[in-house]
Amino acid sequence: MSQTLVTGDIVSRFTQEQLDQQGYTVMNMGPQHPSTHGVLRLVLTLDGERVVDSVPDIGFLHTGIEKQAEVKTYYQALTLTDRMDYLSPLGNNLGYSLAVEKLLGIDIPERVSHIRVMLAELMRISSHMVWLGTSGLDAGAMSMFLYCFQDREKVLDLFEEVSGVRMMTSYICPGGLTADLTDGFLEKVKAFLDQFEPHVKMYHDLLTGNSIWLDRTRGVGVLSRQQALDYMCTGPVGRASNVAFDVRKDYPYAAYADYDFSVPVRTEGDSNARYMVRMAEVEQSVKIIRQALTKIEASTATHKLPFRSDDRKVVPPPKWEITCSMESLIHHFKLFTEGYAPRAGEVFQRVESPRGELAFHMVSDGSNKPYRMHVRTPSFPHVQALPTLIQGHLLADVVVILASIDFVLGDVDR
Amino acid sequence: MLPSALEAARGLAPRLSDKFAERFLGVREDREEITYWVEHTAWHEAAEFLRRDSEFEILEDLTATDYLDRDPRFDLSIVLRSDTQSSWIRVKTMIPENPCLVQSLADIWPGACWYEREMFDLFGIKFEGNPDLRRLLLPADYHGHPLRKDYPVTGPATSVYR
Repeated sequence: MSQTLVTGDIVSRFTQEQLDQQGYTVMNMGPQHPSTHGVLRLVLTLDGERVVDSVPDIGFLHTGIEKQAEVKTYYQALTLTDRMDYLSPLGNNLGYSLAVEKLLGIDIPERVSHIRVMLAELMRISSHMVWLGTSGLDAGAMSMFLYCFQDREKVLDLFEEVSGVRMMTSYICPGGLTADLTDGFLEKVKAFLDQFEPHVKMYHDLLTGNSIWLDRTRGVGVLSRQQALDYMCTGPVGRASNVAFDVRKDYPYAAYADYDFSVPVRTEGDSNARYMVRMAEVEQSVKIIRQALTKIEASTATHKLPFRSDDRKVVPPPKWEITCSMESLIHHFKLFTEGYAPRAGEVFQRVESPRGELAFHMVSDGSNKPYRMHVRTPSFPHVQALPTLIQGHLLADVVVILASIDFVLGDVDR
Repeated sequence: MLPSALEAARGLAPRLSDKFAERFLGVREDREEITYWVEHTAWHEAAEFLRRDSEFEILEDLTATDYLDRDPRFDLSIVLRSDTQSSWIRVKTMIPENPCLVQSLADIWPGACWYEREMFDLFGIKFEGNPDLRRLLLPADYHGHPLRKDYPVTGPATSVYR
């Protein structure tokens, strides 16, 4: 903590002379700081303990995913999307798959759409559990972390059961799913929900009325509606500031149009409002998953079990077909040597990730690789809005505000 | 999009052509997505017009694409959505390689600032009027613009471990 800590290109907006005159301190927070939830670096100018100015520095996790996608076929590029928002890989898979399907113009069986909805909502629960646990931890509520990570672990167990992987699943793929659900999976989801629902009540008991929690979060990091719109804030951050925008309602994708759920909106715009919005969202997710279970079971009863499209130009044929059909063998060979080539053009496909609006902007030049893949990630504009949020707050509140935004640096840097 | 929303997105063409005459290059519809093309000299004006006088006032995304063999070389696009109904449009312009310069939209939408910095960083497009045009994701002493098509995926051959 020295006054001359002015390194690289990131400096305080004040000159050294001004800093000396005012008695301000310039301090680095991160990139290696537990409360930055990754590798965010904040250069804070402090007046005592109060934040006068802050400059976020990002890019420590920049892996060039958009560039790498340009040299991979559409199917291969799927694995890159897992690694962006690593707390919600299935949400990213879903966005990418929908974008590629829109480019190709193929239809997806209804059952697959319902399974996708179910998985996306499970992902939302798991992601919100990480957020709740770590933000409780940041504010000093240690027990939240232990309880929430147990629940998250149970969701990851479910993902492991269907895809074989806990986190980087690549389970939702263009054309459908990479494999069918395992036997008894729906019962396991049901069992998880039954034990999770009382937990939500427990979390409310632990935090919602807790006076220390309220003191730490109420009126801290207020974002007005206009600021939220100006800084392109979406998801829980936007909805806590009275921006009633939810992609699932406004631009329904997968099968969300068939579901009955509400979008929690609050007007305060502070850290507590963001907390309340996310807690209400978790309850809505449980409601959606219960509906999805009913719909999946109904579709299972009436026809065979499609878990992907039967368009052989996009999804590989089943193994038994390859052994007895020349055409299937050719399809299989073409798919894994060349892939598929959508008609030239571009699409913009949004989904509601746990953090907000995630959009894939895919440009095709008619070849088997994306000409350009741009991802509009929800965390990127939220980090941009940080200086506005933490201006004038105590350093200890910065930690709470960072937690309430719930950004993922993999999502910011890509 | 719903048919009514699609209609709202289509309806801008006469107003844009009235306002910008030959600097409005036309509208294209593909896969139920409406794209308006404007001359890069009208980029800022068109954005301002849409923010003030149309319902498409919320910026969602700003990005660029490199077409190496084409002149003008770069595509710049923004996605705007309506706050009142589920409707959205894309507005695009083409920027030549030399000078690779366009007016910044950061004074219309403060959130555009970082998106423009990202495009400056990865494509080398300069945004006139951006309050803070520095590299965003890559280090300040980095050479080159990785998302350009003539930049190798493996990185520059001269890069050494520092």
